[in-house]
Amino acid sequence: MAILSKEEAQAILKKVLSYSKADACEVTLTGSDGGNIRYARNAVSTAGQISIMNLAVDSTFGKKTGTATINEFDDLSLQKVVKRAEELAMLAPENPEYMPPLGPQTFPESPTFNPKTAAINPDVRAEMVGKSLAVSKAASLEAAGFLENSTRFSSMMNSNGLFAYNKGTDVSFSVTIRNKEGTGSGYIEKSYNDLDKMDVLALSKIAATKATGSAGAKAIEPGKYTVILEPLAASDMLDNMFRGFDARSADEGRSFMSKSGGGTRLGEQLFSENVNIYSDPMNAEVPSATWSRDGLALKKTQWVEKGVVKNLSYSRYWAAQKGVQPVPFNRSIVFEGGTQTLDELIKSTEKGILVTRFWYIRSVDPQTLLLTGLTRDGTFYIENGEIKFPIKNFRFNESPVIMLNNVEALGKPVRTGSGMVPPMKIRDFTFTSLSDAV
Amino acid sequence: MKRKDFLYLSGMGLGALMLPDLSAFGTPIDAMQALDGVDAKFKKELADVALNAAKSKGATYADIRIGRYLNQFVATREKRIQGIANTESYGVGIRVLANGCWGFAATNNVTKEDVAKAAELAVSVAKANSKIGAEPVQLAPQKGYGEVSWKTPIEINAFEVPVKEKVDLLLQVNDIAMQNGASFVNSVIFAVNEQKYFASTDGSYIDQDVHRIYPSFNVTRIDRQSGKFQTRNALSSPMGMGYEYLNARPQDKVAGIVTRYKGRYDMLEDVKSAALNASEKVKAKSVEPGKYDLILDPSHLWLTIHESVGHPTELDRVLGYEANYAGTSFLTLDKWESKKFQFGSNKVNVVADKTQVGSLGAVGYDDEGVKCKKWDIIKDGVLVNYQAIRDQAHIIGLEESQGCCYAQGWDDVQFQRMANISLQPGKEKLSVDNMIKNVEKGIYIIGNGSFSIDQQRYNFQFGGQTFYEVKDGKIVGMLNDVAYQSNTREFWNSCSAICDESDYRLGGSFNDGKGQPAQSSAVSHGSSTTRFDGVNVINTARKI
Repeated sequence: MAILSKEEAQAILKKVLSYSKADACEVTLTGSDGGNIRYARNAVSTAGQISIMNLAVDSTFGKKTGTATINEFDDLSLQKVVKRAEELAMLAPENPEYMPPLGPQTFPESPTFNPKTAAINPDVRAEMVGKSLAVSKAASLEAAGFLENSTRFSSMMNSNGLFAYNKGTDVSFSVTIRNKEGTGSGYIEKSYNDLDKMDVLALSKIAATKATGSAGAKAIEPGKYTVILEPLAASDMLDNMFRGFDARSADEGRSFMSKSGGGTRLGEQLFSENVNIYSDPMNAEVPSATWSRDGLALKKTQWVEKGVVKNLSYSRYWAAQKGVQPVPFNRSIVFEGGTQTLDELIKSTEKGILVTRFWYIRSVDPQTLLLTGLTRDGTFYIENGEIKFPIKNFRFNESPVIMLNNVEALGKPVRTGSGMVPPMKIRDFTFTSLSDAV
Repeated sequence: MKRKDFLYLSGMGLGALMLPDLSAFGTPIDAMQALDGVDAKFKKELADVALNAAKSKGATYADIRIGRYLNQFVATREKRIQGIANTESYGVGIRVLANGCWGFAATNNVTKEDVAKAAELAVSVAKANSKIGAEPVQLAPQKGYGEVSWKTPIEINAFEVPVKEKVDLLLQVNDIAMQNGASFVNSVIFAVNEQKYFASTDGSYIDQDVHRIYPSFNVTRIDRQSGKFQTRNALSSPMGMGYEYLNARPQDKVAGIVTRYKGRYDMLEDVKSAALNASEKVKAKSVEPGKYDLILDPSHLWLTIHESVGHPTELDRVLGYEANYAGTSFLTLDKWESKKFQFGSNKVNVVADKTQVGSLGAVGYDDEGVKCKKWDIIKDGVLVNYQAIRDQAHIIGLEESQGCCYAQGWDDVQFQRMANISLQPGKEKLSVDNMIKNVEKGIYIIGNGSFSIDQQRYNFQFGGQTFYEVKDGKIVGMLNDVAYQSNTREFWNSCSAICDESDYRLGGSFNDGKGQPAQSSAVSHGSSTTRFDGVNVINTARKI
């Protein structure tokens, strides 16, 4: 029941709208079906299977909106939820920022669904985790990991004739492998829409190699270093930055995208010339739904070109205030890179530090986007193009804006989280103290 | 409430407070409907169906949680209401032990037939996993309590207070902020009610009604000319209380450089101070990095306690169950076994307490049916205990669980979560003023800010809301760009003075994250103002 086809979803949404007496009505229907296994100390710790479906109704009279949702789908329940939303709308204060629903739109279908991923059951998950455990056990190492898959659908329809539907699958896997002495640790994580791309065995071997290779880390002095950030580490830094591509915060003067004296940095050269970032829901590696929650079509959008900020995201309300077209944000980010592999980036480095990932990143100063956090699960010293020895973890205090002004080289992007991110070679990255953590 | 949605809702870091995707929080409902509980007789019948279904499929132990989770959010900015939502999430989670392995399944179809099916599914999940070699679960014995109940001792149910009253309060808060120089202000009231029914094959049927509240705001002051901006957050604390928390009383006010609050909060007074503080911060001098003696107010210190004492003493982290996510702990079992690991100076006494009135973690029974209690964690500076649940108790030689099990919702599996972890007040009489008098070169920090700590809880960095320079026993002015970096053990061993119990206050986190899939829990941390000597302070100003 939890995963409805386009036609099944459309039929329920139409029925709900037929009960509406409001000036405007928008209905959203979503569902998910999935499961997970968590393991630690080389054994399964918890596991579960969860299925949910939900219907939300936004009813508006004038500029007064009420929202109600329900998870029962008989006719009486559907009538009740519409009535409840309308009652709440009558009681609600006027929202001066209310935007009427959009009319019919065309949304292309993106390749988010994979039938093989949708067919994953508890036995398939157990078999996959078994492969990961075999790697750690064979090497006398200890694994802790998490495997999760889900099939989801989302759909919406409004009283102005807009209908949107998307069905997708996800499978994600992460594992931390540590040596028994607790002196070495390795990590890897991957997410895909397509189960066939998920090679749990190969990924676990990478984590195991890092666990062994990071044992016996030496302490080196904190300071400014050339770093090679693996795609995961780079993505950890960038996640925080993308949230700042919001025009309203920038216009209001409270973001790193704000300009002294007023206005935004749209059109400014904010990063190195080799920085190019776009999002594209149709990208085969990082597909997403082709519509946003407010019914706007998600299209390929260039955010940064040759280091210049080309777009900020505008909500429909803020776009109307500023007399521009709305620009929805999309998580299917592609950070363009080159063709070099991680190994080639290392080979071209005289002295530097290889970072597997960062941990516990928090904003220190939103004006400069200064972040702090630590390296984790595999940090290595590079000399004359080779990894020489593992080093103790560092705390950093660095801004991704400063970091993207110090880009020496970019490698080939790979899927990391919901985006495509290259390994990066960055000069003058600021480490401020040492950590004893492994 | 799911952590990621809470962070989204309360994500004030980059400015605007955004409204959540309400569907993620559960089903919005009207206030009146929220007051009707689910019939206890029906819940008991449903529980017995699930427990019997699990046993008939081969479960050696089973528990069921029938949960009705209600949240209310009222969010505003300046003169505008951003959103009002009442949400409900209702369903059933069933956990079973079969072949020595845990299995879990959840459904929102609360019928006898669907609940029995979910119980069977949980058993099949456990059996599938037992094939790949699980560590056999050893549950600490737990007697059944029969039919019992517990309720947070509230005076005013926040869900019964008209929404208009909350909106009026927040708009008044915003108005005061704007009149006192704020450029922007966001304010919110969150209220939570967990109606939880737990039953297990041990013979417990536990009905609980848990309430929490969190009023907060964020004031921003922008200096357009320089392009600089500063913020100051509320000095409120999330509490395990009803709406009475917002009825300010003089006896709950702590006078000083800025007023701070105990068991009641004056939001209108605090927002005025906040607006003035934000303006002061724009002009404050940038800190000179170096070693300082720190005087940490409870509104700040709770977070340092949370990160550097609370998390490393969680037994699941010590054992490696969190290795793939939150991390492990430097407080390994050998340190505890030695009975002489000096975690902090001999002034440092820390207790775990799941019974403290007004705290976020207070419940009658945890989410695996264990009655809650209080115990020592750090005694005279020495590590003496951890925080454990039923399947971990045997590892530290306990005959019963410490009652630290919690799940954020019916559709999440319960696991070990932090108890209220609090620093005990100093035994000798000491006021904040007298503490400051003895400091030659120090920084007095109020309110929590930026925070980061490594995965074994050694190296941390904390910011704050307001920083005051102390020179030769006197506060001489405000500082900016302050963060302190230290190592947990060094830091707690540098603790040289703790104010007495008259200064003791609770702080807390509404959304502490842990686990995969990530779950959120709420926990309080009490302390009095405390002094730490010679801590490394860095300057966080940068240019972009």
